[in-house]
Amino acid sequence: MAELATNQPIEEIKNDPRVPPELNNNVFITTLDKLYNWGRKRSMWPMLFGLACCAIEMICTAASRHDLARFGWELMRPSPRQADLMIVSGTVTKKMVPQIVRLYNQMPEPRYVIAMGACATSGGPFKEGYNVVSGIDKFLPVDVYIPGCPPRPEALLHGFTKLQEKIEKQSLRSVSWYRKGEATVVPVPVLGPDLIDLRRSQEIVARALAPQTAPAASAEPTA
Amino acid sequence: MAETTPAAATPTPTKPAPKAAPAAKHTDKKPAGTLATLTPEMMVVQQHFGEALIQPAPYEGFLVTDPAKVRDVALFLRDELGFETLSNQTAVDYLAENAIEIVYHVSHIQGGKPLCFKTRIPRDESVAVPSLTPVYPGAEFQEREIYDLYGARFSDHPDLRRILMWEGFNGWPMRRDWKEAYYEGDTKPFDSRWPGGNHKLAEERVPWADNINLPPGFDPATYVANPDGNIYESMLEGGNGHDLEVPPLDTGADAVIGSSSGLKTDQIIVNMGPQHPSTHGVLRMVVRIDGETITDLKLVLGYLHRNHEKIGERNTWLHNIPYTDRLDYICGMANEMGYVIGVERMMGIKPTERAEYLRVIMAELTRIQSHFWAIGFLLNDLGAFYTPALYFITERDLIIDLFESVTGSRMMCNYMRFGGVARDFTPEQLARARELVFERIPRAIDELERLLSDNEIIKARTIGVGYMSAERSIAYSLTGPCLRAVGVPYDIRRADPYSIYDRFDFDIPVLYGGDVYDRYRIRVLEMRQSLRILEQALNQIDQTPAGDIQAGKKAYNHRVPAGQTYARVETPKGELGFYLVSDGGQNPYRYHVRSSSFINLTSMREMTIGQKVADAVVILGSLDIVLGEVDR
Repeated sequence: MAELATNQPIEEIKNDPRVPPELNNNVFITTLDKLYNWGRKRSMWPMLFGLACCAIEMICTAASRHDLARFGWELMRPSPRQADLMIVSGTVTKKMVPQIVRLYNQMPEPRYVIAMGACATSGGPFKEGYNVVSGIDKFLPVDVYIPGCPPRPEALLHGFTKLQEKIEKQSLRSVSWYRKGEATVVPVPVLGPDLIDLRRSQEIVARALAPQTAPAASAEPTA
Repeated sequence: MAETTPAAATPTPTKPAPKAAPAAKHTDKKPAGTLATLTPEMMVVQQHFGEALIQPAPYEGFLVTDPAKVRDVALFLRDELGFETLSNQTAVDYLAENAIEIVYHVSHIQGGKPLCFKTRIPRDESVAVPSLTPVYPGAEFQEREIYDLYGARFSDHPDLRRILMWEGFNGWPMRRDWKEAYYEGDTKPFDSRWPGGNHKLAEERVPWADNINLPPGFDPATYVANPDGNIYESMLEGGNGHDLEVPPLDTGADAVIGSSSGLKTDQIIVNMGPQHPSTHGVLRMVVRIDGETITDLKLVLGYLHRNHEKIGERNTWLHNIPYTDRLDYICGMANEMGYVIGVERMMGIKPTERAEYLRVIMAELTRIQSHFWAIGFLLNDLGAFYTPALYFITERDLIIDLFESVTGSRMMCNYMRFGGVARDFTPEQLARARELVFERIPRAIDELERLLSDNEIIKARTIGVGYMSAERSIAYSLTGPCLRAVGVPYDIRRADPYSIYDRFDFDIPVLYGGDVYDRYRIRVLEMRQSLRILEQALNQIDQTPAGDIQAGKKAYNHRVPAGQTYARVETPKGELGFYLVSDGGQNPYRYHVRSSSFINLTSMREMTIGQKVADAVVILGSLDIVLGEVDR
């Protein structure tokens, strides 16, 4: 179809005898990618999922003044099975991150993640906290980062439009969810003595076997 | 009084050796003669229990020298002296004295200053403190928090599990010698952020290259993770040691429960949350249900525990002001007010007149917008999905606009300072505030009442739901609108006045239903009273000189004299207290937040048992919690 669009000028198609005359002005030519992405980007269903302060600004974005519905993104789904987009709106704690990862795994592809605010981006003002994960990108692939503490509704809208731009550039030929093979599943971290990222379990075992090289025991007073 | 008592009033006799470990940078010299003066009430306690047991504590309150007697003392305070409610319970780790101090603040429900008493246990977990839950049920969550963060054990506690962290977490994180993975130093600003002028990521500094610390020799292959502990098992047994009657879960298939219908039913345990649209954030309710009726409920908290208090102990005093915004993030400036009042009390300074007015204006506007939000989302929980909430968010946005124009931020205003506020109102902003207070908001509240108060569905869903009696509410340390909805006129603005609230003419509205409907209506009445205060404040503020918003000089680094205080304010959610301990250094030695949302949740279980699942959601909405303040 792309070849059709580039090789044949629009006039030629309009004058094609196979096109009935009453449809002459209603024919337009585009690529399947464009059509597909045009539909997708304007009907994102975000997950109704708030973590902390940023969730309040997210609600304000969806509310009367800023009206997320203008962009076709207003259908917040409480179930991850119906959602396309996860807005990580707030501080990701170690206690919460297994649930967040599980929710992400439950979302059908194509799925996107927006890290809203400083905490979801990097841990923000709470980064040094013992129960804080320094950014959701330690576990999930993030598409758009939105700075701010919390970001204003306009900033969230800007993030949405950035994600729309990203969606526009995706091609059916390369997206992962039409490829063969299983969808990528992030292993759900485990709450042990501290947060255990199962992707690092080999390293953890290696350290356990070689305790003399593990100077990590800062639970003791160092002063 | 100080000379009559020996200087070593502590149960663990400490040498006047220099306090080394907890704060190497701290100039930790506690001057002699800082023992508290005993008030007449404390003298009564001392006469009753003897001078061996009751001694003046450093700075504030009295010390119960034998931890085993704490419950007797509390019982005496409650039954003989009329301290009916436990305002605050927390712990302080005195590393150098090898003691963990448990601090209690009890209050008269009629008002007045809280009474403080303390006890000390050694840090090695050898001594358990008797739990105060039989005397004050409101101690339940607070004691669990102390156990969770400090490792202090409480005997006879009905359900002593970790509350903010998960079961199996390594260590007691709030202890002074417990260092988190990203630990950099005891006081900010940290030199390690910019060694040699080059920024270094925290991940590059730490051994695991992440914010984790696994104990040496930890082997994941043999580890069995059980972060929930035995929560489901304990709910199967029924009872849980609580004094509340809970029928045991009948797992037999032929059990007949709910005999009115004669149907054979099983009880099942269901998790609501932490990802649930009705839980106002990341709260998890584990409910045992019989059909639609809740027969038991336990809350799992901590999904937003972001270590406010630990970070607060590393921050300088000034650093903590923006963090308080993020406690109860709906009403940031009400939180700031509690904190700055506490620090000002310790520093012995007073804000200027105009700053006092500005603070009151901001705090009351915050109350109005918070109640708008609370009512809107209570209606959401009732099933009126978003229509009322959208109306009130519109009004709230107007108030937030004013906040933004004055402070520069919509929610995290960072407005108050020790001895003043950050910015003055311009005449235009004052005019805007007057327009809101005199014109716009009263009409919005009228509209709100027309829309909701007589609504048939709302009445059917809320009247009689989530009832809790006045006695139980007081025992559970319930504060804020929920307590006033059951006929107890307890409002810190009157009970223990702060700032300039004693100048204004306003009422403490009280309703007597004690159910969800009255918790809704009391918020409407409170908004009207806040408007009264605002009208007076906006009329009087012109008598103060413009621009005079800071007492003394602006400063970045405040030296707060050694001491301690418990400052409390009435936020829209209830009593917000800050228990601050200073050792004279540039950051707090202890920074505890007595959070009303957290403690109000203690009573949730009793309110909910016997109600329907859909009502549990509404009861939670009527408590109006904010998870940032619950988990801190």
